Amino acid sequence: MNIKIALAGNPNCGKTTLYNAITGSTEYVGNRPGVTVEEKEAKLKWNKEVIIMDLPGIYSLSPYTSEEVISREYIIEKTPDVILNVVDGSNIERNLYLTTQLIETGIPVVIGLNMMDIVNKSGDVIDISKLEKTLDCPVIPISALKGTGLKEVCEKAVKMAESKKTSNIKIFSNKIENYISQTKELIKDIDFTISKKWFAVKIFENDEEIIKTLNLNNNKKSILDNIISSAEKDFDDDTESIITNERYTFIEKTVASAVKKGSKEKLSFSDKIDKIVTNRIAALPIFAVVMFIVYYISVTSIGSDLTDWANDGVFGDGWHLPFTTEKYNESVENFENAQLKIDTFKSAALENGIDTEAFEEQMEAEEPDISVINEFIEKTKYIKAEPIDNNAFTTAVKEKDFPKINIFVAAAEANEIPADVFKEEIESENPNQEIINSFIADTKDIVSEEVDNFAFVEALEIEEPNPEEFGIWVPGIPVLAESALDSINASEWVKSLVLDGIIGGVGAVLGFVPQILILFFLLAILEDCGYMARIAFILDRIFRKFGLSGKSFIPVIVGTGCGVPGIMASRTIENNNDRRLTIMTTTFIPCGAKLPIIALIAGALFKNAGWVAPSAYFLGIFAIIFSGIVLKRLQAFKGDPAPFVMELPAYHFPAVKGLFIHMWDKGKAFIKKAGTIIFLACAVIWFLQSFNLNLEMVENAEDSMLASLGKIIAPLFKPLGFGNWEASVATVTGLVAKENVVGTFGVLYGVEDVAENGVEYWAMLREAFTPVTAYAFLAFNLLCAPCFAAIGAIRREMASFKWTVFAIIYQTLLAYVAALLINLWGTAIWLNGSFAAPIILTIIIIGFILFIFINSSKKTVPITA
Amino acid sequence: MKTLKDVKSGDNVIVEKISCTGSLKRRIMDMGITKGTNIYVRKLAPLGDPIELTVRGYELSLRKSDAENIIVK
Repeated sequence: MNIKIALAGNPNCGKTTLYNAITGSTEYVGNRPGVTVEEKEAKLKWNKEVIIMDLPGIYSLSPYTSEEVISREYIIEKTPDVILNVVDGSNIERNLYLTTQLIETGIPVVIGLNMMDIVNKSGDVIDISKLEKTLDCPVIPISALKGTGLKEVCEKAVKMAESKKTSNIKIFSNKIENYISQTKELIKDIDFTISKKWFAVKIFENDEEIIKTLNLNNNKKSILDNIISSAEKDFDDDTESIITNERYTFIEKTVASAVKKGSKEKLSFSDKIDKIVTNRIAALPIFAVVMFIVYYISVTSIGSDLTDWANDGVFGDGWHLPFTTEKYNESVENFENAQLKIDTFKSAALENGIDTEAFEEQMEAEEPDISVINEFIEKTKYIKAEPIDNNAFTTAVKEKDFPKINIFVAAAEANEIPADVFKEEIESENPNQEIINSFIADTKDIVSEEVDNFAFVEALEIEEPNPEEFGIWVPGIPVLAESALDSINASEWVKSLVLDGIIGGVGAVLGFVPQILILFFLLAILEDCGYMARIAFILDRIFRKFGLSGKSFIPVIVGTGCGVPGIMASRTIENNNDRRLTIMTTTFIPCGAKLPIIALIAGALFKNAGWVAPSAYFLGIFAIIFSGIVLKRLQAFKGDPAPFVMELPAYHFPAVKGLFIHMWDKGKAFIKKAGTIIFLACAVIWFLQSFNLNLEMVENAEDSMLASLGKIIAPLFKPLGFGNWEASVATVTGLVAKENVVGTFGVLYGVEDVAENGVEYWAMLREAFTPVTAYAFLAFNLLCAPCFAAIGAIRREMASFKWTVFAIIYQTLLAYVAALLINLWGTAIWLNGSFAAPIILTIIIIGFILFIFINSSKKTVPITA
Repeated sequence: MKTLKDVKSGDNVIVEKISCTGSLKRRIMDMGITKGTNIYVRKLAPLGDPIELTVRGYELSLRKSDAENIIVK
């Protein structure tokens, strides 16, 4: 027979460390998401018949927080055979408060008295046997961190479960016990899974949820009301408070008899740290530094390296083992540079009337004739390829001086300025002057390198690097999948589905996994060592003004790297409303994948003006603050008032094993999501992009269903100024991953191999957009529904379909209104449009906001003392 | 009538009454602030709010607006 042990205790009492130590992380038998927390079950390490159930950390079994509700529902419905109550010995008074409630359930309780090392250090002495006697249940000193006493406490728990021995202590005074007996009479005919007394106390406390489930008839209800009101008269307090007072009175007595306080009043280790960390002057700078370190490690340095590896290596062409791909890439670049020099020099030689044909022949030969090459070197001794700058190039274009043009174009290409479109034009009979001019403008800082005979000889000596010399080349998943599909002769559409649709889409998402793991590792450190609570303490005042919590800052900071971990970082916010609001607003801040969109618009329409990128961040911050202020006024976000009553746990070093488990747990949740929602979404987008309405596969996305869809939804964007179907389609594909917006334009404009900032089609973009509509497009894409990965994360963290839909609709609506305002005002101010429309719209919006404010202040009931 | 909000940091006070109701009261009491409890006001947050207390041997933080409901002497 299986024995079920429920693990219960206050937050920060070391319960999770104990759970990890006695189960072993690989043995999950269940992991189902609750409202804010997950209930976890695992088998005991030493005895597979025993199942350990990890309840959320709670202070009480009252019905006010979701954690408390989950815990008590679990105890009532699943009736564990025994409760293992972890008690923080260094904070025994408050910890025993929960114990008094657990004992009342009538389920055998075993106390694991944790953190005894801290107790000993502080000089306090806890008399275990006295504690056992007053509480009438076994108390076993343990150290979850060091692993001592764990087996013992589990064995004791199993023994207690078998003997079913419950504690028979009297917690309340005679007077109260009398009232509770009267209450008990009312429910004597009802069968309960746990003790009747627990229910009697709860309904005596006027616990509405429990009263509702009991279905008392009217007669009994009025008797209950009578009992409660006479008790309240008796004690001049409400029954809930009477019970709480009595519990603490009992605990005070217990502690007074069993705990001898040490005389030492020295500053503890934790106090010393706290003096610095929450110091009036130093607190904010320290916080900034800590955030910078977290951001730097997880987003910029290690995190971005790992993401590059995952995206370009594992889900790209492949990578080197050991990690020498970077070195290899450097060598390739070096080689390409040398080739450029050789070509430049050859052109110069040609210009000087030296024939290069024989030399070129030898260069391409398997076994080149050294003497021919040497002869060429000798002949070109005094040749020098002069540097060509943009001016010289412009002249060369006018004179159609092709050797010079070619040298300069090659230099431009080496600087990653795409030149295919230009080359095509310049060679055509009637070149499009606009494209030529735009290329000249784009290359204004390019100067081709000076190459003399010496540099030429040097370049000749650089050999093409061989990838195999840089370690073992591990092919990427797409490469492997392609060869696997080829080997089974898969049809084109299957290949496209697997490679472009699934691996391309899901891979883009999974590429973030390493970054997410690092981030969660760092956040776990902050959480475990006790700093997270201080962040809330330090920043609460600022964020409360915007209707957010002090902890909302972390998701936003993390969100500048990637919205997915940002949204997931919101987990540390306990209050449901604050957390929902934070989840909804985190993706307003531009994430890494939105930067290419900013670069595209800034480059194509604003000549790379410096204000565009910062303005995108300000827009995000403004959207967050605006949403905080306005949404908080909505009825949906009111619910129960959110008291900021927070424990500031003592600082301590985190348990390393726990950190890894924590990190993996969250990473796993993300991977699972990528395997389901995101997988499906990518397949759908691929289907729309690859087939036309007759379900025939199309070569070009321009003929696809997605394009037809784009044409249908384009009118929706007309008021925003970018009603062309290309922009609509780009916005839709941005849902897979925001950087797709740039690539999609490329596909739709028929440009292959688009650079990250889409420079190839800037000229075409300038025809489709005005600066105003381009900025509206940018604003819309930054603020609207995030990518599928982030939507998946929202769905997971909200744990509610309704809230997810609300979040997405809200974000898209806000984006729409913002883009509309930008378009109308921009057109009015800079493009001589009418002022009537923007003014009317602004008045409507202000009116709407005022309506929300007035409406909400009416409903607020002032708290009367 | 003195509330916890008015107590200077570094002072010790004793709780007389909790004047709010509902979940806020319950939460405050669950955390160990009951009638007769000794509270030591440790400090203010760098921006002046919330406050940090020592109650029953541990550290607790409260917003001033919530502390206003705790009547002390």
